[in-house]
Amino acid sequence: MIINSRFFNRSELLGFLSLALLLFLILPLTLDIFRLNLVAKYLTYAFVAIGLVICWGYGGILSLGQGVFFGLGGYCMAMFLKLEASSVANTKIQSTPGIPDFMDWNQLTQLPFFWKPFHSLPFTLIAILLVPAIIAFIIGAAMFKRRVGGVYFAIITQAIAAILTILIVGQQGYIGGINGITDLRTLLGWDIRTDHAKFILYFVEVILLFGCICAAQFIRLTKLGRILVAMREQEDRVRFSGYSVANFKIFAFCVAAMLAAIGGAMFTLNVGFMSPSFVGIVPSIEMVIYTAVGGRMSIFGAVYGALLVSFAKTSLSESFPQLWLFGLGGLFIAVVLFFPNGLSGIWRDHVQRHVDRLLTLVKSRKRWSGRSIAVGAPAE
Amino acid sequence: MFGDYSVGDLGAIFAMQGFAGLILFSVYVLMALGLAIIFGQMGVINMAHGEFMILGAYVTWLTSSFVQSYVPSIFSGYFFIAMALAFVASGALGMLVEWALIRHLYKRPLDTLLATWGLSLILQQAYRSVFGAREVGVELPQWMLGSQQITDTIEVPINGIFVMVLTTLITVAVAYIMYRSRWGKQVRAVVQNRVMAGAVGINTEKVDRYTFGLGCGIAGIAGSAFTMIGSTGPTAGQLYIVDTFLVVVFGGAASLLGTIASAFTISQAQSTMEFFMSGSMAKVLTLLAIVAILMVRPQGLFALKVRK
Amino acid sequence: MSDAQDRGLSLVDRRKLLMGMAALPALSLLSTPVFGAGPPTSVVNTTGLAVTDTEVTVGILHSVTGTMAISETGSVQAEKLAIDQINAMGGVLGRKIKFVQEDGGSDWPTFAEKAKKLLVNDKCASVMGCWTSASRKAVLPVFEQYNGMLYYPTFYEGLEQSKNVIYTGQEATQQIIAGLDWVAKEKGAKTFYLLGSDYIWPRTSNKIARKHIENNMKTKVVGEEYFPLGHTQFNSVINKIKLTKPDVIYAIIVGGSNVAFYKQLKAAGIDLSKQTLLTISVTEDEIDGIGGENIAGAYACMKYFQSLNNENNKAFVTAFKKMWGEKTVIGDVTQAAYLGPWLWKATVEKANSFDVDKVAAASPGVEFKGAPEGYVRIHENHHLWSKTRVGRAKLDGQYELIFETANLVEPDPFPKGYQ
Repeated sequence: MIINSRFFNRSELLGFLSLALLLFLILPLTLDIFRLNLVAKYLTYAFVAIGLVICWGYGGILSLGQGVFFGLGGYCMAMFLKLEASSVANTKIQSTPGIPDFMDWNQLTQLPFFWKPFHSLPFTLIAILLVPAIIAFIIGAAMFKRRVGGVYFAIITQAIAAILTILIVGQQGYIGGINGITDLRTLLGWDIRTDHAKFILYFVEVILLFGCICAAQFIRLTKLGRILVAMREQEDRVRFSGYSVANFKIFAFCVAAMLAAIGGAMFTLNVGFMSPSFVGIVPSIEMVIYTAVGGRMSIFGAVYGALLVSFAKTSLSESFPQLWLFGLGGLFIAVVLFFPNGLSGIWRDHVQRHVDRLLTLVKSRKRWSGRSIAVGAPAE
Repeated sequence: MFGDYSVGDLGAIFAMQGFAGLILFSVYVLMALGLAIIFGQMGVINMAHGEFMILGAYVTWLTSSFVQSYVPSIFSGYFFIAMALAFVASGALGMLVEWALIRHLYKRPLDTLLATWGLSLILQQAYRSVFGAREVGVELPQWMLGSQQITDTIEVPINGIFVMVLTTLITVAVAYIMYRSRWGKQVRAVVQNRVMAGAVGINTEKVDRYTFGLGCGIAGIAGSAFTMIGSTGPTAGQLYIVDTFLVVVFGGAASLLGTIASAFTISQAQSTMEFFMSGSMAKVLTLLAIVAILMVRPQGLFALKVRK
Repeated sequence: MSDAQDRGLSLVDRRKLLMGMAALPALSLLSTPVFGAGPPTSVVNTTGLAVTDTEVTVGILHSVTGTMAISETGSVQAEKLAIDQINAMGGVLGRKIKFVQEDGGSDWPTFAEKAKKLLVNDKCASVMGCWTSASRKAVLPVFEQYNGMLYYPTFYEGLEQSKNVIYTGQEATQQIIAGLDWVAKEKGAKTFYLLGSDYIWPRTSNKIARKHIENNMKTKVVGEEYFPLGHTQFNSVINKIKLTKPDVIYAIIVGGSNVAFYKQLKAAGIDLSKQTLLTISVTEDEIDGIGGENIAGAYACMKYFQSLNNENNKAFVTAFKKMWGEKTVIGDVTQAAYLGPWLWKATVEKANSFDVDKVAAASPGVEFKGAPEGYVRIHENHHLWSKTRVGRAKLDGQYELIFETANLVEPDPFPKGYQ
């Protein structure tokens, strides 16, 4: 499998640099701020997709409940921002000033206890990472220790997504109900709605994204990553070799949850609100398709997958709203049937050899050792 | 809450509540049977199951409109024709889907999940393009409406009785097919050991195709029956899918008896809780309980013991 | 355009307008109005909106896909009809209305994204759109930030008021209080059972209803229940209703659940000709899916029914069916959506400007005499003065008007004593 002493091999370095070029230079220079903000929104899904590469592509654990973690991260951020937006001065027309507007509409007269810590930004940032991780740990520990996996795990995570949605929608006094938490304005006094702020937030997000890419790459390259792959292929052999399969799975699932939560938090910052419509089953499955389109084994593929599918969604639904679902449905089927390794598979099979040849022509002295080590083995 | 009522009243209410639970039970069984066959016997996760149900519902709607305008004399009995047509339509579509899509994916169960999800999106949009975004109302013959007075205070909805009878019939039929017929024996043989079954001369591809078709056909009948109690719209199928999967998984995937037992448990829990608390909380608590139990007992209530 | 129209719709001869509406098809065939005779663009558009000498762009923002497409289709149709009719009459300030339609996809962030696109990229002078409260909440900050103008058609829970929104539907008190008073007086109702889908509009509406029932009418609420959206099993709550025997079932159930609820109610032997049921969520659109035979006898409290017997409405229904097919039905929200473009036109002509600030400032007091519901006027709080009506569902899926308030009801989005 992937045995390489360097952090990135050549083709990954190429991927890394071209992605950096695209996100840091080309997009910000060519797009207006409206479109750039859309890209920022798309990229929030890239975090989730990278998480899924680790837990699904490498670990073989398909979670259909990533929306839960995306939502938890997003809600933690939104709670902090909402509290800031609900200062006594801003909410003086309410019967109880100083609490979020939806609580006032639901006759709450004081802030519920679990909102109080979210006055603090450090607590919020920790919560964004820890709350999803803890929940993922509980779910993972309960399931993987009992060797629940595959299809069952997928369905149970789906049920959890359904439960959380119903719960959020039902508790509108405490968490905003189906409307979600809206009208978020400032972050520590800094207005996040201005074009300037959107521009800065975009770069913050891209930097974070590259941080996550490196983290994911690191996990992939360590022994851990290799054990994950081994587990996916032959779980029992890994178990018999003395590894605790459950613990590795729990770890991968928690990492995926934390990545999803970071995406959720960035989503809240970029879009300006959070609602239960990102928690449910449908968005969770859409998140899986980002990864599948990008190539479930490829970290960079996941980023491109998230960008491309979201972009297709926006542009297709702008021009042919009726056709959009046909397109998305067809994409699901095509990716599964014909391109199980997604974009990265297409790249590897059809494009890379030409790039390789080009590069070898340029640097004919150096020899590169084949292409298959670049992105990892195919799923089957 | 019960202070102001006579014992007789309370008895009647509890009887009717028990009946409500039974109706819900029948609904769950009807939803889950088709899926239990497909998922339990073939290991395929069919996320488009709800859309196959809705196809049955639309077929029922088309039949009712057709009968109403061209042969109104048989309107009182059209529902049976509609159910038969729904079975044929959904079953045929199911076999087509198996041929075009599913058979390429038997070794990748998680991928069938994604592919059938894509299929469900396509079907939804197709329904929307063909039948319009609005819900359609299926007109029922007079005898299927209203309720049956059993005693002075106990009334039972006729459509509920109808669903219960239908469910019983279909369950018996499925049980017969699976456990008594030659074909059922082949299906079970394929489930237990595909290679071996092929080796003894069973045409496994054909078995797969018909099993999938049967499961989808039953979904079509379920959809047809649900026009009596629910809505028929392009996205209505999604309302059922999670519940259906949980019923099947909770019961233990490969066991028909398990599916029935789990439908019974879930429906009784849900309808009892709904009586004492709001519908939303009842739903959350039921789902949570199922998930919690599944974490403790992942193989479900009844598990088939197969040597892997 | 003639001077009369420049001074605003309130001055337009009502009969002329009606003739214009009725004669629309002929008019669009025979004489295409000439655009470009209005006041110069530099005067009426000082903020860089998409207004040229001959054209003005507005946005239509509804869900064409997803679960809400069922409900929002009617609104889109009504808005397009109104725009066509206005164009046939010569447009707004001599400019033809061109619309850009966007799909919200039943997804709230998509609504926000598309709203931003309509305002920032397309520079729409106004936007007709949104349906659910959640979508409106999602776009509201966008409209306030980029200073757009939204005409929102749905009856909703109130508790909101914005310079950038005109609410052409009823807020909660307008829809609830008169209906409850009527049912108490007419049916002598003493006990109420409140039902709703579990989200903000039914909950807030039931809260207002409960306050009114308990504090003002001095009667009793015997039960209050909420169900997740999309819930399809109502037998348990129907048994509870049978147990408590309320005088009135007050139902605010929406979407697909509606169909299941009324079918099961009927199947359980609750006869709506004897049991009073008052709903504020079932319009003619919903009855289409529920089936007239399942809901006949129920009362609905709305401001508009397709069956209203007045000249405006007859012309409106004729034109609507002509454009969208004989089988389409028109519900309360569809009518409210139809008001949007007309009210905007009247306001623009009153302000003699497309500028959002001037339109917002000119809005209070703008009236529309050609409204199918009769007559409406914009209140200072940007909601509409309109009548409350009670109708009774018939087998054919139409409502029969039973009662209407004598006067227009004042909109009160922040009702004192109901919070």
